[in-house]
Amino acid sequence: MHFQYSIEGGDFSRAGNASSQLKKLLKQLNVDSQLIKRIVVALYEGEVNIVAHAHRGTIDVDIEPDKVFIRLSDEGPGIPDIKQAMKEGYSTASQKVREMGFGAGMGLPNMLKNADKLNIESEPGKGTIVELTTLLR
Amino acid sequence: MKIAEIVKTLDGSVILGKENLEKDVEMGFASDLMSDVLTLQTSNILLITGLSNVQTIRTAEMADITCIVMVRNKKVTSEIIDLANENNIVIIECCYSMFKTCGLLFQAGLKPVY
Ligand SMILES: Nc1ncnc2c1ncn2[C@@H]1O[C@H](COP(=O)(O)OP(=O)(O)O)[C@@H](O)[C@H]1O
Ligand SMILES: [Mg+2]
Repeated sequence: MHFQYSIEGGDFSRAGNASSQLKKLLKQLNVDSQLIKRIVVALYEGEVNIVAHAHRGTIDVDIEPDKVFIRLSDEGPGIPDIKQAMKEGYSTASQKVREMGFGAGMGLPNMLKNADKLNIESEPGKGTIVELTTLLR
Repeated sequence: MKIAEIVKTLDGSVILGKENLEKDVEMGFASDLMSDVLTLQTSNILLITGLSNVQTIRTAEMADITCIVMVRNKKVTSEIIDLANENNIVIIECCYSMFKTCGLLFQAGLKPVY
């Protein structure tokens, strides 16, 4: 099964809509609730990152019998130093992002903790691709 | 601890979820930082926060949190209530500080997540 969602940069009121829809879907598919939580927490942090740091993006979700594969690709400033960005506490988030309860530099580390595999590719000035894989059994 | 007891302990007002007051929450967690809340592995907890916006509810939804106490007299908008309602989340408003709220609930026997 394949699903696609589009995300607008800066649109905080809608940040989380894609994660919410995926959560409902995984529930319908009877995926274990702890696994659902891991998947949607990671996706939600990724969704917030597009809203907070990029101009616009697309989320592609592939649900297979044994895994859920999520690809978040965005057009935006990109991440010049991915190793640094992965460090807990590193953040370039604006005051507005902090007011929304994010911007403590915990998003990418949270995604790493909740996914079985995390892959990040980025081209500064162009955009970022984040891939999350979660095994279902 | 029953949600009704939490309301009583805090002299709070139930904004949403009056039908769920007999439900139990086991542990509490207090933060204004949603990324912090998203690190928790425990479900069925009480979230104590002074952050009142749509992302608070979205965070609760993703983290399987079913009851939120808004401290420091933070008010919720109708947009927040609608979203919480969709997700069957109880919202309690309370005029105490975060510190006092946590102290009272701890004293009443609500357990910390860690
Ligand atoms: N999609 C993205 N586009 C551009 N920069 C990003 C993106 N995702 C993350 N970053 C960069 O990595 C940093 C750390 O991200 P994260 O761990 O999620 O923390 P936070 O979002 O709270 O700052 C961000 O502050 C930002 O500089
Ligand atoms: Mg982030």
